[in-house]
Amino acid sequence: MITKNTTNFSDAAIAKKYNTGYKKTFGRVRLLPLYFLLYLLLFLYLVPFFLILVNAFKDRSQIVANPLGLPPTFKLINFIEAFQKMNYPYAFWNSLIITVLSSILIVFFSSMAAYLFARAKWSFNKFMFFVMVASMLIPFQAIMIPLVKIYGSLQLLNNKWTLIYMYIGFGSSLAVFIYHGSVKSIPLELEEAAMIDGCSKLQTFFKIVFPLLKPTTTTIIILDVLWIWNDFLLPSLVLISPKNRTLPLSTYYFHGTYTSDYGLLLASLILAITPVIIFYVFMQKHIIKGVLQGSIK
Amino acid sequence: MITEKTFLGKLKTYLLFAGPTTFIFFTVVILPFLFGIYLTLTNWDGISATYSFVGLKNYLSAFQDKKFWDSFILTLKYVLYTVIFTNVIAFTLAYLLTSGIKGQNFLRAGFFIPNLIGGIVLGLVWRFVFSNVLVYIGNSLNWEIFSRSWLSHPEKAFWTLVIVSVWQSSGYMMIIYIAGLTGIPKDLIEAATIEGANSLQRIRHVILPLLAPFITVCVFLSLQRGFMVYDLNIALTEGGPFKSTELVAMHVYEKAFLSQEYGIGQAEAFFLFAMIVTVTLVQVYFSKKLEVEQ
Repeated sequence: MITKNTTNFSDAAIAKKYNTGYKKTFGRVRLLPLYFLLYLLLFLYLVPFFLILVNAFKDRSQIVANPLGLPPTFKLINFIEAFQKMNYPYAFWNSLIITVLSSILIVFFSSMAAYLFARAKWSFNKFMFFVMVASMLIPFQAIMIPLVKIYGSLQLLNNKWTLIYMYIGFGSSLAVFIYHGSVKSIPLELEEAAMIDGCSKLQTFFKIVFPLLKPTTTTIIILDVLWIWNDFLLPSLVLISPKNRTLPLSTYYFHGTYTSDYGLLLASLILAITPVIIFYVFMQKHIIKGVLQGSIK
Repeated sequence: MITEKTFLGKLKTYLLFAGPTTFIFFTVVILPFLFGIYLTLTNWDGISATYSFVGLKNYLSAFQDKKFWDSFILTLKYVLYTVIFTNVIAFTLAYLLTSGIKGQNFLRAGFFIPNLIGGIVLGLVWRFVFSNVLVYIGNSLNWEIFSRSWLSHPEKAFWTLVIVSVWQSSGYMMIIYIAGLTGIPKDLIEAATIEGANSLQRIRHVILPLLAPFITVCVFLSLQRGFMVYDLNIALTEGGPFKSTELVAMHVYEKAFLSQEYGIGQAEAFFLFAMIVTVTLVQVYFSKKLEVEQ
């Protein structure tokens, strides 16, 4: 793919330089229909979420009568009931602990492995790196059946820790690949100086190299958090008992149980969406940059 | 800096740095993958402790499974439409959102929002839109097209999958195209303008060729996503009506875990794998060739 990214999405200076050329050719007045078109499009993009939010305050008969109207009163009864019935605190906690621990461990293990692969050109390292990169083409569906068979026969299913372990395995390929590229761009002299000053290999890595990899670490954390938090298929295979369910699982099963109580269902969707939107509000710049870096490397 | 010379020294350093990753990666990805090959040669039903070796019978059954090929062809159709529409819309959005209008960062952030949410929740959101809101609109305005839920009509249910996937992915690919567009030097565009190129000619002869590496990435990503889609499928259409929108990932799941024909399911999963590898390698090969020529 593209090995070196010379552009920066959030680099306002470049964007400005580029944009002025456009402004001249478009002209101020001709931009007006463009504004209109873009905001209309954005409205169309986000209207499903508004519809869900508005109807989450209504009861079933009000929704059936008119799903477009505003609710007569903003009662929170649906939210409270959905919160209790989908076991929200449990599901949220499960999702949180699985996402956070998996992401941290992926970063920890993968950065060390990538450092070794980038700095020591042993043939086994080259082989391992190749296998990991090639494995990224394997669809999850080609692994899931034997995965369930193996871990099931070892009595390891229905366990949060097994799921975290699997996420480390599935997440390590991409993380090692991205870290590998970043380690190569760090000058070797820094490490030589640290070694002369008496640092061990581990100290050199954690005190000199790892801090310099911070932008890459942010990218990987963002990608992994979005992936793991929203993942459904793997947890649906591994976590069987209701008390272990993550947020996407409990939302899905909740919809299977209360199929016709619309107000309640929509309230549960709002509850499922809210944490990510809050995360986005605070981390927007990092998220967009992380997604970009992760895709074009 | 790693300078080990002896085998033992190398081994120690390897285990220290890459030991955990290697072990976990092998036990989670490689071992199941290899075991999967073995599984396709057996008649295991998921429960019994003993099973026997059946040779290539499962591959034959997979070949003769009409439902599998139906879903396979449906998946190809789905991938074709989603890849084309996603990339055209994403490029258009990116082009408009790099034209220097006010509030473009706000707009970019807004179009990206669907990508923060998983396929399950998005599928359930759109299920409400398609089966309640649009039907209500259709009935109040007498619009024939929305008078019955799209989800209860096989052909239209397929299109709901395409629409929702394009809606979600276009904001993601837009971010990548924006990066590509902001990297094009403005003097090239100005030069083309001075030479008398109109905006369509500028896109065709200046912008698109320079954007080729980004197009490669976006098509690659949307191909991969398309072949593996599962969450949206079960949450939005549940494969219905009458199994008419069951894409291949969902079919493999049902074959293995609901019909308990693990060997056949695994053989079908390998067909999917072979398909993804072939299509993406061919795509990357041809796009790279295009990039070089320009």
